[in-house]
Amino acid sequence: MNFFIITLIKVAVVAFVLLTTLAYLQWIERKVIAHVQLRVGPYRVGPHGLLQPLADVVKLITKEGLIPSHVNKLFYLMAPFVAVTLALISISVLPFGPEIKIGPIDTWMQLTDLSIGILFVLAVSSIGVYGVALGGWASNNKYSLLGGLRSSAQMISYELPLAIAVAAPLLLANTLSFREMVNYQSGYWLGFIPRWNLFPEILGFIVFMIAGFAETNRVPFDLPEAENELVAGFHTEYSSMNFAAFFMAEYSNMVTVTAVATLLFLGGWQPPFPAPYSDVVPILVFAAGGLIALYHGLNPARRMDKYTLPATALVFLGIAAIFGLSLFVPVLKTILMALFWFCGKILVLLFVFIWVRATLPRFRYDQLMRFAWTGLFPLAMFNLLATGLIVALTTK
Amino acid sequence: MTPIFFLVFAAFAVFCAINLVVQTHPIASALSLIGVMGSLAVLYLQLGGEFIAAAQVIVYAGAIMVLFVFVIMLLNAGAEAPTFQVSRFVKYFGILLLFGFLLLISFLIQATLPKADGVVFGAFQGGTALDIGRKLFTSYLLPFEVTSVLILIAIVGAIVLARKEV
Repeated sequence: MNFFIITLIKVAVVAFVLLTTLAYLQWIERKVIAHVQLRVGPYRVGPHGLLQPLADVVKLITKEGLIPSHVNKLFYLMAPFVAVTLALISISVLPFGPEIKIGPIDTWMQLTDLSIGILFVLAVSSIGVYGVALGGWASNNKYSLLGGLRSSAQMISYELPLAIAVAAPLLLANTLSFREMVNYQSGYWLGFIPRWNLFPEILGFIVFMIAGFAETNRVPFDLPEAENELVAGFHTEYSSMNFAAFFMAEYSNMVTVTAVATLLFLGGWQPPFPAPYSDVVPILVFAAGGLIALYHGLNPARRMDKYTLPATALVFLGIAAIFGLSLFVPVLKTILMALFWFCGKILVLLFVFIWVRATLPRFRYDQLMRFAWTGLFPLAMFNLLATGLIVALTTK
Repeated sequence: MTPIFFLVFAAFAVFCAINLVVQTHPIASALSLIGVMGSLAVLYLQLGGEFIAAAQVIVYAGAIMVLFVFVIMLLNAGAEAPTFQVSRFVKYFGILLLFGFLLLISFLIQATLPKADGVVFGAFQGGTALDIGRKLFTSYLLPFEVTSVLILIAIVGAIVLARKEV
């Protein structure tokens, strides 16, 4: 029974954090793109637009869920459901941290560990395309259909380099479980270079990230929803929460891809510096953030942020204090350190996703296909063969 | 718990298989086929073949069926029109006959097969990726390699058939 209660608590926490992250990821994206393009982005709802996601959710829920008369109702309603379910389900096998012991409770910072965890994520992502494809087809609209077709063709093509890029670190670590994958990447070469798969598998990492952009339908591979060609692509006919489901699925897929990249190539929750130094990094980061916010908040020229920036500074300094405190509580330290490094790496990768979206133009469709089959695929294959050769030569 | 799950997914697989034949729309049929493959994967998982289960989903439900759906969408195939009318009497009587036939078949299979112990869920342990890999590259190396040559021939054949005449 104990197991069930702990699992339920973990599921509740993970679901809450994930859904909140998805809502705020959109705020972060709008803010980052706005600043790249020298705009301010959301600013009206709450301080610095911080309550914008809440307003968006209220708007989406209270809108009329319109079902056009010419659609295939069953598939039309099923598609967003399929998309969002399959997008959210992958998080259940991803570990966020090591084993923790609180009194009698002994649990992993992970919902469940499958011995085929990596295959599970690949399987879920491979059937995730049905949401988009079905939605595009069931809408009975030529733009939607074209969007759905493009997305299925794109996902089939990019799944190959993605899977082959994933296979190379699996060869190195000799496991399919995320936990063992991260354990394999613990330790340091020469005492300071982390033993992450990133360094031997830099090619694989690049291929994985590019294919990840395509799998999540993000710029520069967002052909399925190219708005100047296809209105809004596969979700043209969707409104209200049905549209929100597609939206959530896209962001959730982004989180999954970055989390998998972190676990496979960037050492999961392992810090990039050896133990005594890595412990002070979070304190320094949050304290520096707090001090900068305080400095700007006390600047008399910024009258609008008279209260918000000092409040942010207080929160940041508080977090820094909690990290400082955790140095004396081993359990807390394990949890916080793992979460800090894991979430930090994911956020950096998510920032890259957003950065690319703000920077690069969209591919043309034939370029997209040629890039997958003549560029990425041979590169991934070469990487896999080279890794295989090295593994074969070095192991007895 | 496991027998219940087995029954649920076995029933779902059979339901989807029947639905696949009954449905007139190709997309509905294709989705039913995905349902069959998904529930088969769950059955494999319960019998201890975790790698096979994952491969089933990735290859069949994920890759092959996406291609099916893709082609159906590309051709924009509509619902199939019924080509012949069946009287209601034949329909209901046919269902009855079908059940009788299935009962007979299952009875015959039961009677002719040698008595064996039932399947125990969780008894089979050799389904991990490691075991499958070992088997594939030692005991079954020749069939494995021959299959890969067969697939290569199929690919070359497909290209030859699809190639435009120069």
